[in-house]
Order: sequence, then structure tokens, then C-alpha cells
Amino acid sequence: MNINSFSWPRLQDNLKNFSFAFPAIIIFSIFYIYPFFDIFRLSFHQWNGITPSMKYVGLQNFRELMGDAVWWQAMGHAAYITLIALTFQNILAFALALACDREIRMRRFYRVVFFIPPVLSEVVVGLIWQWILYAGMQDGQHIGLLNYWLTQTGLPQLAHNWLSDPKTALTCIAVVHCWKGFGWGFIMLLAGLQTIDRQLYEAARVDGANSWKLFTNVTVPMMVPVMLVVVILTVLGSMQVFVLVLSMVGQGLGYHTEVPVTRILAAMTGTNRFGYACAMGVNFGVILIMVSVAFKSLSGRLKQA
Amino acid sequence: METNRYVLERTVKGFFVHALLLVFSVTCLFPLFWMLRCALMTNATVFTDKSFIPGSLHFGNFAQAWTEGNFAVYFFNSLFYTTCVVVGIVLVASLAAYAFSRLNFPGKNFFFYMFVAAMMIPLPGSFVPLYRLMTVLGLINTRAGYILCMINVGLSMSILLLKTFFDKMPPDLEDAARIDGCSRLGIWRHVALPLARPAIAVIVIFNSLNVWNEYILATLLLNDKSLMPLQRGLMVFQGTHSVDYPLLMAGLTIAAIPIIVIYLAMQKHIVKGLSSGAIVG
Amino acid sequence: MKKAVGFALCLMLLGGCGQRKEDLNTVTLWHWMTDRQKAFEELARRYEETTGIKVKIDLYAPSDAYTQRVVASAQSHVLPDIYGILDKKEIFASFIESGFVADLTEVFHKDDAAWEKSLFAKALDVNRFSEGNIYKVKPGIYGVPIDVTNIQMLYNKKLLAKAGIKNPPRTFQELLDAGQALKRVGIAGLVSGWGEIWMIDCFASNYAFNIMGEEKVMATYRGEVPYTDPDWIKVFNIFRELRDKGVLAEGIVTKPNKYAEQDFALERAAFAFNGSWCVNVYGDMNQKLEYGAMLPPPVNPNRPMRIWGGAGSSFVVNNASPRKDKAVAFLKWLTEKDQQAFLAGETKNLPSNREALASIPAILSQFAGVMDQTTHPTVWPYNEDAVVTEKFDKGIQSIIIGEKTPEEVAREVQEVKERELKKTKQ
Repeated sequence: MNINSFSWPRLQDNLKNFSFAFPAIIIFSIFYIYPFFDIFRLSFHQWNGITPSMKYVGLQNFRELMGDAVWWQAMGHAAYITLIALTFQNILAFALALACDREIRMRRFYRVVFFIPPVLSEVVVGLIWQWILYAGMQDGQHIGLLNYWLTQTGLPQLAHNWLSDPKTALTCIAVVHCWKGFGWGFIMLLAGLQTIDRQLYEAARVDGANSWKLFTNVTVPMMVPVMLVVVILTVLGSMQVFVLVLSMVGQGLGYHTEVPVTRILAAMTGTNRFGYACAMGVNFGVILIMVSVAFKSLSGRLKQA
Repeated sequence: METNRYVLERTVKGFFVHALLLVFSVTCLFPLFWMLRCALMTNATVFTDKSFIPGSLHFGNFAQAWTEGNFAVYFFNSLFYTTCVVVGIVLVASLAAYAFSRLNFPGKNFFFYMFVAAMMIPLPGSFVPLYRLMTVLGLINTRAGYILCMINVGLSMSILLLKTFFDKMPPDLEDAARIDGCSRLGIWRHVALPLARPAIAVIVIFNSLNVWNEYILATLLLNDKSLMPLQRGLMVFQGTHSVDYPLLMAGLTIAAIPIIVIYLAMQKHIVKGLSSGAIVG
Repeated sequence: MKKAVGFALCLMLLGGCGQRKEDLNTVTLWHWMTDRQKAFEELARRYEETTGIKVKIDLYAPSDAYTQRVVASAQSHVLPDIYGILDKKEIFASFIESGFVADLTEVFHKDDAAWEKSLFAKALDVNRFSEGNIYKVKPGIYGVPIDVTNIQMLYNKKLLAKAGIKNPPRTFQELLDAGQALKRVGIAGLVSGWGEIWMIDCFASNYAFNIMGEEKVMATYRGEVPYTDPDWIKVFNIFRELRDKGVLAEGIVTKPNKYAEQDFALERAAFAFNGSWCVNVYGDMNQKLEYGAMLPPPVNPNRPMRIWGGAGSSFVVNNASPRKDKAVAFLKWLTEKDQQAFLAGETKNLPSNREALASIPAILSQFAGVMDQTTHPTVWPYNEDAVVTEKFDKGIQSIIIGEKTPEEVAREVQEVKERELKKTKQ
């Protein structure tokens, strides 16, 4: 806005428009901004979380973090889980949403059933998967369901200590994470599919497009914005995973199952380095924002294409 | 011949689609079945009885979980919190998302990206400043304080999702409404909200689940037992060391019912999401 | 617009109310022990009957949430009259330094130290800061233990018999032999919650004390003995031997203690390393379990085995509370014989009052019997830096999964130790 174009009606107009966003902004400023700046301030301090005196250390926390191999290793693990979630989980969610968008039998049933895992308590998920992936034997038989099935189906050589082997532990966690989370992608994508104008399909079909053409020329372009939201939420959910990790492998397996949030928790409560934990949080946030911006620009290009 | 091949092709295709869907359904249903099964056993048999359906079923566990977990109080607290937070979020987020999507004011993009960025930055230990803030505001140990905090928690994601759906809205509908003399608020109420019904349904489900399962913030902000949500009741069965699994599972089953009801009610709106053409037509 | 203004008004209105009047006859207690809430409430009822003082028992569980709440309330100066600190001694010291904890030394010493003498010395030590402590806290007693606990090994009698082992192992070599005998008949050896790193730390510390003695361990913490010392290599080697001989249950490093307890209770492993609270847990899950308690079998027969133990849970009194005396009086009453016997009976924990020991179950008295052999990081003059401890415990996990040798781990831990030493010197 430049000064010359200033006018009362316009200001009024802007104010009216702004008032729509005002409640959200006020709640946000009260409950987010202050904690955020407090954390930001703490990231420049050395503090055990309780003493009245804290020591200002400038950028030392951040400098130490840059050289913290375990932190970057944890970041890599989260990226691995995210990658699996982005491909495996989202493709699955999209495929299932497409299937349920069509007029197939029992689609009501599927729609309800696919949302069960997100509703399940973490306690149940932890116990169930612990049982499935259990590695030990009792009376010469595998206790774990997976190992039991493998033995029964004649593949005993594949029976394995799934959670305590660095080669498989992270993948197991990622698979359970995808299983628990695909319901969300499913309903969001389904909601997105529902808002596509049916007339677009009709028009394309009249033009002689086959199912694949319909999918690539109508469905995908219309779904890009919703897919972007799903992708961003998947990235956030997978990068910040930790309850599942703790319930499946505890703090175990050396540093092979560390993810950023478990590192932050370890710094906060394990080693009482509050300032360092805050620096981790800030660093982590910056990385997540960068990733999201990258996906946003990617989707912008996809939409144009 | 032609029709036969077509029918065959469709049957085979249908078979594979259904096979895939059924396999996933089974993996989703199994834990639910397992939870119910555990809820009907006793602590002595829950880990030792290997039969598919246990011999003796203890339906009394549900009643016991309800009374021992003091669910009468906690359950209704949770219902109250969930309703307030969800209604609050839908109102506040849809207004804001509509403004970010359709209206113009200086700083619009700045504010929008602020919300999105907030979603990304985890705040370790934000409970300390939050607690201090709530004490200063006098909102500690009040329902209002907890509700406002929870609204804030769900706001960013809801705004992002709603804005995406508003962006897809065809502009000619709004223009038509404007010509009919609708105010901005009127357009939001009568055009934007109905069109975004599937998205609102998703937000309702997402936030209900979030509030229903929330526990840490409630422990932090509330003192009185009479204000605590449902998850507090479930804690009774999870001792510091020992866990009463059957009662815990019975409690979890009871706790899951309202969420499933909300989902059933909301997914209708996802299914029946009106295509824009239908409204105009 | 109207809506927004209305909303802001609502906010301000809500902000206005809230503060309540202080009630001088109601003492508030915060705790995290889900399984003791009922017993505490019953005791509070009895206390109100006899004294007229109301005690409000507030439970905040699980303990993570409780800890957050205590830290946040401390920062906002709204701590209750009585609460517990679930953290390292260093943090306890910070609470005292900040003036959040009352010095109870005088009350304990009154009447010829009657109160002090009635409790287990080991349990009090956890709450004691001795002369010349490294935290520079004024020497004295700052907390009241309400129960005691210790961590030792358990063995399943039936499974040992099945493998033809007559007596529980007395030396580390016997433990290895027993593990191999068990393996031959397809029974897992030792299970423990080593997915929680503090439990690994506890086991390693037991053996470090046995192998080199307390003095040398403390010297290591001070930075005078390196972790690459042969004695420390021996400690790391314990884990390699347990692994190589197949004594450890599959997946032990990824088991949170809850799952490890399930395994032992369901007779999937012959040995467990667990705390005295397990009596409760095992009893709930399998009443037919026949088991006994034993000290971890020593490597060095010439030095007695030391295990971790002391106060299971302790309460402190808020120094800023206007009801300080009433709070102390309640805690004193809580640790008297009758109340302790009631608590022990209701919750199957070891009482902190010695006189209340008479009526506890046999397996619990096996735990109580070794209280004299306990030690705990909170009573040591020096503690290892938590960053080094993390590296140490994680390193042991690496040895157990077979990706690192004891020597490699020792070197890595020593590197971190030297880095941290340099930092503190600055």
C-alpha cells in the first residue's frame, strides 16, 4: 500500500478483513509467542532447568549442536522414517482413498475400519506390536507372532530379532508408524477427492479419456493442494515421532534408534541441559520449516506443469 | 464375447481391490478385537489364556473400570472440553482461514506463515513458560484456561487445512452471493462453510481425538480432580510399576467409543461432500 | 468485529477470577504414585479425624508429567506444602539452593534424634547432604523417606530345576554356567529392563564397586582414573561375557522394564534384575510364580557385592509454605510405625520405618535383609556427569548387540569424559 492511495473506506475494509483473523491471532499471540521467545532466549543459556541463576553462553549451544554427531544421526533416522512414511504410507493412503471414493461394495465399512489405528491408544499399539515382533522363545516355540508365522510357513531362517538388530529396528518402527498413521492421510485425501467436481470427470470422459488419463489429468492436478497438506503433515508427524519409539524399543540399541525428539528429551530430563534442549528445538524447527518450504515450491511447480 | 470379457475383467479387478482392502481391514480390526478380548479377562488369565475367545467373559470389568476410574466425572469433563475446543477451533480457524484465503489485509501472508511455522517448531520445555503465563493470567486450574490452550494447540493445523480447501473454492459462487447482497460474514457462513464441509469434518475428527487423548497439559494446568479429563481416570489402572491390564483395556474401550461415534457422524460429511456443481445447479 | 471484541472481553473476565483464599488448616500434598493414592487418602482421613488438619492428596501421574508440573510450579513459586523431587541429587540441590525445600535437620534431631533413629539410615541418606558435599548445600536432612527399595536379582526356582541347577549361582562364573545350562534346554537366562538406560547403569555400577571398590569408582568420576583402566574394561567385559555365553534374553536392550517384568512373571526367563517393587508386579500377573531373590553374583569374591537401594520415594516440605510446621507434623506421623505398617500392607512396598518390618511377606523380607548392602548415586560424594553416563550406558548397549568391543567403548567414554572435564575447568 502506498501513502497516496490511503483512504478511509480502504482502511475500514482492511480492518474488517483483519477482524476475521483477529481471534486466531490473539489466541496465538497469548499462548504461543511468549513460550516461543522464552525458549528462544533459553537456547543461548546454560541452565539445568531449576536454579535461579543461568549462565549466558551466546551461541555455544548451537556451536556444540553443529558438531553433535548423535544429533545429526538422530535427524537421519527421522528422515529415514519420514521417507518411508512419505512413500509407503501416503501411496497406500491415496490408493485406499481412491478405492473408497469409487462406488464399490462395503465402502462404508472400509471407511470406518481404516480409521481404527489412529484412534487406538498408544498403550494398545505398543503391546500389540511388542507381541508381534517379540524375539524370544518358550518351550521351543517362538512367542512373537511374526517369527511364529515365519517358522510355520517354512521360513524359519527368516525368524529374526526384529527390534534389537540395528539393521531392522528402525524399519520396524517406520512400518508401525505408517500403519498407525495412514488413516489420517486416508480421510484427508478422501475429503479432497469428494470436493472434486464430478462434472470434470464427465467432461473428460466425453472427450474419450480412459481411467488412467482421468487420474493423471483430472484427479492429480485437482488434488495437489490437499496432497501438499498431507505431505507436510506427514513430514511433521514422522520427524517428530517419539512415543512410538519409546514404547517399542525404550532408550535401547545404543544410538541406532535415536530420533530428534528423544534427543531433546534426553537433554532436558536425562542430562539436565535445558538450554541445549532449547537450542535443539530451535534448530529442529528451522530444518522442518526449510523442508516444508521446499515441498511447497515443489508443489507449486507440479501444479504449473 | 465382448461383454463377457468386460465382466471378467471387472470381476478380477474387483477381486484384487477387495483383497487388498480386506487385508488392511484385518490388520486394523485385529488390535480392536484384541483390546476387547483383554477387557473381558482377568489379570490372572490375560497373559496365560491363549484361546482365541477366552472361556469365561468378565463383562463386569467395564462397570468396575467405570467406577474405579471415576469415569462419571472425568468422562463428562472430557466431553465438555472436547465440545468447547472443537467448536472454538472450527469457528476461529475457519474465520482466519477464510481471511487468509479470500480477503485482503496488510500482513496477511506474514500471519499465515507465522501459523504454519509455529506448527514446525517443537517447544521443548514450553510447559514452564506456559505455566507461568497461565498463573499470571489467573487461568491456572480453570476450565477456560485449559480450553484456550487446547484451541491454540489445534489452530495451526486446522487453519492450514481449511485454507487449502477454501483456495479450491470457485470464485463465481462468492460473486453470486455478493451480488445477492451477502456480507463478508454472510458469505463465510452460507457459502464457504458448507463448501468446506469435508474439511471441517476432518478437523472435527482430528481435534476431537487430540483433546480426548490429551493428558500432559491437563496434568500441568489443572489441580482439582473435578476438572480432570478422562485420561486421568485411565491412569488409575497404570500403576507406577504394576498395570491392571483387563481394567485398563476396559477403560480404553469405553474411552474409544465417543471418538468412534464422532468419527461415524463426521465421516458421513466426508462421504457426502457436495460437489460444487451440485450447489450451483 | 463484534465477535472479536466479545471474545477479548470474555478473556479478560476469565482472567479476573481464579485466586482463592489461603486455608491455613489444609495441607496440600502432590505425588505421582498411582497405586498408593487410595492408601494415602485413607491415611489422610485418619489424620483429619485425630488432629483436625485436612490433608489434600493430589495425584499427578505418570511421573514425567508430575516432574514437569513440579518444575513449572517451582518456577512460578506455587509449589504445594508437600511434594517429592524425582531427580538426581544435583537437581535436588538446586531446589534447596532456590529456597524451595525446608531444612528438616532440627526436627529430625529433636528428642535425642528420635525420628531419625526410627527410620532406615540408608533411606535417610538419600535425603541428606553431608559435610563438604560438592553441591555446596548446607549439611543436613532435607526430605522424609516414606518407603525403601533396592534392586537385586531374582531367580525362577522351577526353571532352574528344569535345567538341573540346584542352587542359585554364587559367583559370576556360576551365573555364566547356569546361563549356558539353561540355554541347552531352551530357556532364556537373564531378563531386565535394559531398554531403560538407568537399569544398565545400575547393573554396571554394582559390578564396578565389586571389581575395583568405591574409592576407585569415585576417583574415576573425579577424572583421576580413566575409563580405559583394566578394571573398567573388566566391567565392560561382564556384558560381553553375558552376551557371548548366551545368558541374556533376546532383545534385552530394547525392553522397557514393564515388558521385562512380564517376561519374568510369565516364566520366559530364569533370572531377572529388578527392584523390590517387582513383588507387586509379579504377584499381579502370575500368582503361581516361585522365585527367590539374590545378590548379583560377584566377580571378585574378596569384596562384598553392593547393590543400589535406599529411599524408594521421599517427600520434601516447601520452605515458603505458611503451613510448614503442619506439613512436617503430617510427614512425621506418616512415618510412624502404624501408618508405615498400613502402607506396607496396602501397597506391598518396604516400609521406611524399621519397626514396621515385622509383618511383611517372606519375599519382601529377602529384599529387606540386604538393605545394609545398599548404596546409591545420591549418597556418593561424587557423581558422574550425566553426559558421560549416557555414553557409558549406550556403549554397554552396543556391546550387548555386538557392534563394539569393551575396549572401543571404554575409549569412547573416556573421550567424552575428557571433553566434559575440559568444559567444567573453563
